[in-house]
Amino acid sequence: MSVPDTKPVPDPESVPGSDRPNNILPPVPPVPRDPDDARDGDPGLVRLLTPDGKRLPDRTYDPYLSDLTDADLYGLLRDMVIARRLDEEATALQRQGELGLWASLRGQEAAQVGSARALRDDDMVFPSYREHAAAWCRGVDPLDVLSLFRGVTHGGWDADKHGFQCYAIVVGSQALHATGYAMGVSRDHAWSTAGTSTSTSTSNGQGRGRGRGMSATLVYFGDGASSQGDVNEALNWAGVFEAPVVFFCQNNQWAISEPARRQSRAPIYQRASGFGIRGVQVDGNDVLATLAVTRWALDSARRGCPTLIEAVTYRMGAHTTADDPSRYRHAEELTQWGQRDPVQRMTAYLRDRGLLDDAAAAALDAEADTLAATVRKRCLRLPDPSPHSLFDHVYVDEPETLRAARDAYLEIEPSPATLEPRKAN
Amino acid sequence: MRSTLTLAKALNTGLRTAMAADDKVVVMGEDVGRLGGVFRITEGLLADFGEARVIDTPLAESAIIGTAIGMAMRGFRPVCEIQFDGFVYPAFDQIVTQLAKIHYRTRGRVRVPVTVRIPFGGGIGAVEHHSESPEAYFCHTAGLKVVACSSPTDAHTMIQQAVAADDPVIFFEPKRRYWEKGDVETDEPLAGAIPLHTSRVVRTGDDATLVAYGPMVRTCLDAATAMADEGRELEVIDLRTLSPLDLTPVLASVRRTGRCVVVHEAPSNVSLSAEIAARVSEAAFYSLEAPVLRVTGYDTPYPPARLEEHYLPDVDRVLDAVDRSFQY
Repeated sequence: MSVPDTKPVPDPESVPGSDRPNNILPPVPPVPRDPDDARDGDPGLVRLLTPDGKRLPDRTYDPYLSDLTDADLYGLLRDMVIARRLDEEATALQRQGELGLWASLRGQEAAQVGSARALRDDDMVFPSYREHAAAWCRGVDPLDVLSLFRGVTHGGWDADKHGFQCYAIVVGSQALHATGYAMGVSRDHAWSTAGTSTSTSTSNGQGRGRGRGMSATLVYFGDGASSQGDVNEALNWAGVFEAPVVFFCQNNQWAISEPARRQSRAPIYQRASGFGIRGVQVDGNDVLATLAVTRWALDSARRGCPTLIEAVTYRMGAHTTADDPSRYRHAEELTQWGQRDPVQRMTAYLRDRGLLDDAAAAALDAEADTLAATVRKRCLRLPDPSPHSLFDHVYVDEPETLRAARDAYLEIEPSPATLEPRKAN
Repeated sequence: MRSTLTLAKALNTGLRTAMAADDKVVVMGEDVGRLGGVFRITEGLLADFGEARVIDTPLAESAIIGTAIGMAMRGFRPVCEIQFDGFVYPAFDQIVTQLAKIHYRTRGRVRVPVTVRIPFGGGIGAVEHHSESPEAYFCHTAGLKVVACSSPTDAHTMIQQAVAADDPVIFFEPKRRYWEKGDVETDEPLAGAIPLHTSRVVRTGDDATLVAYGPMVRTCLDAATAMADEGRELEVIDLRTLSPLDLTPVLASVRRTGRCVVVHEAPSNVSLSAEIAARVSEAAFYSLEAPVLRVTGYDTPYPPARLEEHYLPDVDRVLDAVDRSFQY
């Protein structure tokens, strides 16, 4: 006979301490944050397009879109469609054993395209590991992103050329790098305007594109990373040192299996005020809103005012191809968020404005298909790195001990010429 | 110009020279500005180089290293002060996961020439977390270079060499030797100095080899002096570089003496002395008259100050090990 457990089973979603009579915690906002009802409880959430593509006027942010041409608007959709198509191709490549892993961005296209297209060429981005659409916008070859997940390299592109650093796998670590980089930018800027610097940097002042002032730094991270000490330290430093940095949190509601509510009791953007910087919550599935808000935040950053943006979005796929979200979230949730799809939203808007018809939509799909096929072909042809490169780049100034280790290795390792060629695909 | 300086002042002078030589050198850490550091290593730098280059930071070690990495990516050459050895662990992730690996990760495209200064070791009667010797953690990580200075002369040149190096350098300073004095050539050009990653003989002898670094070099020199009274000559080698190791002078010495004792404050388990013992055994097996012996801190947490004299290797313990070596 089993002894009945006298303790009630705790509800994992309940607030610790809420059963105590003297609980003085403030009421909890709706969880997870739902952009559709955000206007009710919090007028702060910025949305410029409704889920069915209707334009909402906004006195604060409309000026940040006033220069957009029809071609620019189409370009935003094109970026999103291509990013989604490449993402599908990468998932397929992983399923076929050609990539070791893939972290899908599906659902986050608007958050990434809107924010990345707000940047100037001379700005610097510190991504996490899911920013494939942002990488696309910064001109990074999609093949370079695939090479990372194929296990060919740990970091596949020239960060300075693209203004886009290599992916950061340890979540949140890059927030400090971004803040430090921004502190460097502000020093370069101060010295160049004071005329006392011997800096050789070419990007220390007035950049190309919109906005005036120094280059800005933008760091991407997620709701999971928002719990890391490094992210909170970075927010604090950015405030203390008035660093030209924008913190762009894509709250996609899930950190693998943990809901956003498990990361934070308060909405993430509200943390900003505690660090003395500004926080904005934006509908992350609205490409116009993310573009406008990020442009505003970048302009502030160029004047030494950092901002924390929380883009409320949704990870429509699994965390990675190694994950099974059916174990922790309901199908209805996906259906619900499917109705706020960022690509459909922009498509509807452009059709309403007469900027897109069936023929143009089909042509765009065809362009994306062709690009995906090309990327696939190139991915299959990616050579494995030479075994001889194993010891390369550990140091700038290679120690004798490492040289000796390489020499010893080369004695037992056959030369590349005699290695079995990789199975042709 | 030759001056008699404390080790602390030698570091201060070396840092000043490095900052004057390259305006991309910035100093950052807790209390390094207005106060000049709790050990006064950065004294006067704020007044001379300004707030943009001498940065009093919030109390967050991970952020000190993390933002230094970002500044290095921007082209700066940050010198970070970790106030005490036992405070480095919040920064451990940034050092091991990021600082050590960025050059490798980016296939050599991004350099992060960050110097991390850490006062280390015991013997100053401090409270907990102020007397540790964490060097082995960093030596275990590829991508980092690790050095320890032991004298004012070396401190002055080694800090400049570390700052000028394009790889990240963890720079250990023997805090209980900060006030020891020595002769320093303050305007000697770096070009003529012996390379940073070089070990060297600091006392010659033919009977046994003592290997040490940082604060234990002085202890070993004192042991050698005591042993000389008994008619035995001990050779003392200051490793200076902990990663990569430079065992050339050690092996040359052991091949002559046949006996080797390695001394450090850090615990013995999986320590630098274990690595040195293994390598000496591999490379000089037929020259050894006795196994490589070790004199180290114990495999305990660092004890309260009133116990530290029992924990720390001293002349007696070093001589005891030498005696045991001679018994083989």
